[in-house]
Amino acid sequence: MSARLDGPLAAATEWFDGRSDAALLLMLAAGLYALFTLVSLVLGYDLGGIVNTLRRITFLSAIYAMLVLALNLQWGYTGLFNLGVAGFMAIGVYTMGMLSTAPTTSPPGLGLPLPVGIAGGVLAAALVGTVASLPALRLRGDYLAIVTLAFSEIVRLTYRSPVFETFSVGGVSLGTGGSTGMSLPTNPIRMLFYENPQEVTSPPSAFGEAVFGTFEAIGVRAPVVEGTAYAIVLLVFVAGVYGLLRRVGNSPFGRVLKAIREDETVASALGKDTRLFKIKVFALGCGLMGLAAILWRIGGLASTEDFRPITTFYVFVALIIGGAGSNTGSVMGGAVFASLLFEGPNFVRRVATQYFDVGFGQTPNTIFEAVGPLASLDLTPLLAYTLSDVNVSALRLVLLGVVLVYLIQNRPEGLLGHRTETAASVDLGERPGGEER
Amino acid sequence: MTTPSTDTDEAATSRPAAATEDGTTGAPLLQVRNLRKSFGGITAVDGATFDVDRGTITGLIGPNGAGKSTTFDLVTGVQTPDSGQVIFDGTDTTGWRPHRSANRGLVRTFQIARELDEMTVLENAMLAPRGQLGEQLWRAVLPGVRDEVVKQEERLREQAWETLEFLELDHLAEEYAGGLSGGQRKLLELARVLMLEPEMILLDEPLAGVNPTLETKLLERLHALRDDGYTFLLVEHDMDVIMNHCEPVIVLHQGSVLVEGPPEQVKSDDRVLEAYLGEDV
Repeated sequence: MSARLDGPLAAATEWFDGRSDAALLLMLAAGLYALFTLVSLVLGYDLGGIVNTLRRITFLSAIYAMLVLALNLQWGYTGLFNLGVAGFMAIGVYTMGMLSTAPTTSPPGLGLPLPVGIAGGVLAAALVGTVASLPALRLRGDYLAIVTLAFSEIVRLTYRSPVFETFSVGGVSLGTGGSTGMSLPTNPIRMLFYENPQEVTSPPSAFGEAVFGTFEAIGVRAPVVEGTAYAIVLLVFVAGVYGLLRRVGNSPFGRVLKAIREDETVASALGKDTRLFKIKVFALGCGLMGLAAILWRIGGLASTEDFRPITTFYVFVALIIGGAGSNTGSVMGGAVFASLLFEGPNFVRRVATQYFDVGFGQTPNTIFEAVGPLASLDLTPLLAYTLSDVNVSALRLVLLGVVLVYLIQNRPEGLLGHRTETAASVDLGERPGGEER
Repeated sequence: MTTPSTDTDEAATSRPAAATEDGTTGAPLLQVRNLRKSFGGITAVDGATFDVDRGTITGLIGPNGAGKSTTFDLVTGVQTPDSGQVIFDGTDTTGWRPHRSANRGLVRTFQIARELDEMTVLENAMLAPRGQLGEQLWRAVLPGVRDEVVKQEERLREQAWETLEFLELDHLAEEYAGGLSGGQRKLLELARVLMLEPEMILLDEPLAGVNPTLETKLLERLHALRDDGYTFLLVEHDMDVIMNHCEPVIVLHQGSVLVEGPPEQVKSDDRVLEAYLGEDV
């Protein structure tokens, strides 16, 4: 079923298809780490810098892997075209923030313990997912996509609205911070290293002191150590979500989901209450999106800018790269997207600025100024324009476009999309007990 | 080879054989009363009334546009009738959604085989059974509880293999359904509904596109299943099949029942000839 390539790529594709999922994941991780170590060395980073680079791509890869896994449940397995990913993420983050930030800060929160906030955020995302799915389930395909996209924008604009910047309900003040955003509670990983994790200036705890001391000696500073520890925690979360969704997929439940994706009429003619299944999938998937977003933003700022539709688009691209329908592919797609396509352009820019004099002093202001000199074969202004701070996100989009066109031409099923995962709680490979009953 | 069966409690309550032993044997299994459905100006089904008795292979024929497929849709809940009643096994199932009718023991196949292409033949078969514990999300996931699901899955897997063997599809078990031929798709569709262990199966042109050898086999299987207590309502255009294998035969014409009776009687009925000839068949 997989599209075949000609030439040398065919051999590579065949080799790739022959590997087991675990081997592919390990090789991908090793490959990405090697690549980014190399890039860091080229940029002249010291050990601290290298570790920080790897921390950054691990962090982003883990977050995207979780988002893609959640979307894969909805789109890859069930065929539900949910274009509201960013909206459900926002609900998770903002609910957590409003529950757990201190009442004294601006905007004020309820000051509840962080675990309550996180659980509340995930539940809120799941609950809103359920409610949103009720009218949406009458719609198929593109129409569901339009409704969910609109829904996510409504959520974003509501959080952004000045009306909710600070408001009070029954005498309790709450707020979303409107367009300025909301500071979220500090990252809980700080509890490991600091005596007073809530305060930025807190002295490290005894354990923190020991760890920081050890790493400081080899040039890795405290914030990097802290971030790396958090990235490792995130990998554990990815493993958990992966294990959960694998179980969901490889079960009679997952079998019905696949049937809904293939032909909903058949599923219901065979006695499956497809609406109920779709609602559950919406709830679970949206809850996980909320969780991923909380883990992404915690310790930082919640801003509606992070929850624009482009975020949804990114998650979809990552899923398409990885291959819809495959959980392992989702993790790979998340990692490839986050490190190469999302972070990659930044590193290209850094390398370019460091090694080639692309004249950022006179970076053109418009694309016309950049393209104009091409007439006299002067590439520099265009390069400078493409690689400037402001336009690196545009470079990212160009790169995404190229990758998508290439994939659709040559491997429409993504990296692992052709590897359909068994939809049963037992192995379907061979009939147990041999030929006879 | 007999009818596949499981030890599942849910399925056991509605096993076809059980139906002939209890007191309801006398009443028809399916009663269709004055069913009516129109689309805009066209009345597709116009007061259709008929019964299907337990343990029969009842044939439903009629010229093109007589309302056979719409009748199927109305009986199985794919469409809702404008008026009239569908009574299945003593229960008024009029307007029930398809999944509810199926769980009650009334299932259908489709005129154009609808396979779940990206699922294997075995997965297709294992999808159908009723009362699967693992269809509940928490059971599918929670450790401990999941052991029960695995046990049930092992039983279903064996049952699926038996059913596929019965329909001679077992050599294709691990293939994707999308790769099957037209005839094999028809067989798989039958396998799927058998896995559900219904009391009654509505077959919409099960033999269309099936080669003669396979057709003979399929008909043998139908008779074997009928003897096991299944009830069939069969739409078919092949008159030989209808006349040799169905008893009784119901003729639909312009949305209502024209004639109902044994094949010989229907064959010699002038009105039937007229209905067909009027259509230039």
